[in-house]
Amino acid sequence: MRWLAALCLLALPAAANEQIVAGLSQSRVAITANFDGSEILIYGAVKREEPAPAAPPLQVIITVEGPEAPLVIRRKERVAGIWLNRDSVRISAAPSFYAIATTGPLDEILSATEDLRYDVSIPQVIRAVGISAEAENSQDFVEALIRIRREENSYRLAERSVSLVDETLFRTDVVLPANLTEGDYQVRMFLTRGGKVIDMQDRVIGVRKAGLERFLYAMAHEQPLLYGLVSLLLAAIAGWAASAGFKLLRR
Amino acid sequence: MQLYLPIAEVSVNAFLLLGLGGIVGFLSGMFGVGGGFLITPLLLFIGVPPGVAVATGANQVVASSISGVLAQLKRKAVDFRMGMVLMIGGLVGSWAGVWVFSWMTELGQVDLFVQLSYVLFLGLIGAMMFVESARALLRARRHGGAAPVRRSHIHTWVHGLPLKMKFRASGLYISVLPPLGVGALVGFLAGIMGVGGGFILVPAMIYILGMPTKVVIGTSLFQIIFVTGFTTVVHAVNSHTVDMMLALLLIAGGVVGAQLGTQVGVKLKAEQLRILLALLVLFVAIKIALDLLLQPAELFSVTPLVLP
Repeated sequence: MRWLAALCLLALPAAANEQIVAGLSQSRVAITANFDGSEILIYGAVKREEPAPAAPPLQVIITVEGPEAPLVIRRKERVAGIWLNRDSVRISAAPSFYAIATTGPLDEILSATEDLRYDVSIPQVIRAVGISAEAENSQDFVEALIRIRREENSYRLAERSVSLVDETLFRTDVVLPANLTEGDYQVRMFLTRGGKVIDMQDRVIGVRKAGLERFLYAMAHEQPLLYGLVSLLLAAIAGWAASAGFKLLRR
Repeated sequence: MQLYLPIAEVSVNAFLLLGLGGIVGFLSGMFGVGGGFLITPLLLFIGVPPGVAVATGANQVVASSISGVLAQLKRKAVDFRMGMVLMIGGLVGSWAGVWVFSWMTELGQVDLFVQLSYVLFLGLIGAMMFVESARALLRARRHGGAAPVRRSHIHTWVHGLPLKMKFRASGLYISVLPPLGVGALVGFLAGIMGVGGGFILVPAMIYILGMPTKVVIGTSLFQIIFVTGFTTVVHAVNSHTVDMMLALLLIAGGVVGAQLGTQVGVKLKAEQLRILLALLVLFVAIKIALDLLLQPAELFSVTPLVLP
């Protein structure tokens, strides 16, 4: 995945006159107990050696991609009057979170071939290779995945949410939701003219559980037996404390 | 106040969790059941993944059962020997239940399996209790409030089985096989449904084992502690699905609710309590049955696979 991106960078037109100088408001997000989502400001400027060409207009596309994971999509069917899961399709990798912010309509500012090459649009980031053998109408499953994730706001396409001033300065805010998965979130920034990508930059935001969340999660996975016993002990203490406290109250 | 749950990986309102725990605790204090059959569907409803809901529900039942059994202990209403026999059956059943649970998770049918178990057992027990308590209420009304005289225990087919054992606190001399079987069934349900099984154990002890009602609740709670405790640990080790943060909030709400519920419960008549519990159990069963029978709004579901 990463070497592919590096390859794409090499494939950029050598005569790229316009280059991105970019920044993030933060490159780390800590999930603490009261984590309620986080807003990341992504900003940048366009560096030029020569004056900008008059046309076609400069456009900016920014994507934020959460860690990828394999998943299963299941479809319910009615069997003997009961709705149960029947057909399923396995997706080898799909991001847990994917947000696209652009300066204009995505299909106008990015050509289909460039989309195939850089994997920008939502269907492009879902790796659904060889699923047609798994179920009939397998494309319905991928569409359902996109629909469900868009409804829960994990996948977003916000066209015209990047503001671009004088074809030089751009900025956008991406809101990371409260139910975030841990991992590295990749931020990609594209400059396009006439549907062609003329420069690309990427950055990484590290999302990590912190404090108590980190401690509990690590303990649950590294010391499962101890974790289970501590859970029991806490339950026992709470149960005893309630009955003891109530006894005091009644006295 | 939003709270991020480290294992469930969802952000939920802390007061909502305290409230849920409180309501369930109130009902369980009132009726003398663990309340697991309510907490699991409620957690699923607010977006906690099924695995976490079941495992954490079991952890919460441990706390409320300990609180309850301490109260019963003072009245000497716990038959420890019967509790141990039930527990041995319960541990076997619970192990099998957790095993079936992870097997069903792999097949993608765990939701269906959990829902069907709920409909089947809640429906059956709810209907039986409803009929029995409605009869008792009618009878009480006809006889001017005087309850019919009952023997300390009833002789059934259970008393003809081999391997007899004396249960002094219950005043019974019966085979160990029925308590073992009842314990195993309840443990199995605890494993797959995250419930303590009090709503099955209590009627089974009265009607199948013929135990006197006064020792039933304490003994049932005593064995539920061990079965749900064991279930919690097995889930924690096998699937890492016990969310301590979630459990603590539910427990905090639950133990306070349970004490209030007990106070209200004392003021009600036994038949009234039973008929209310029967209605509650039936309501949950019907709600889940409708989910299975009506066409869902979204036919597709997405389940992330955990990398090995």
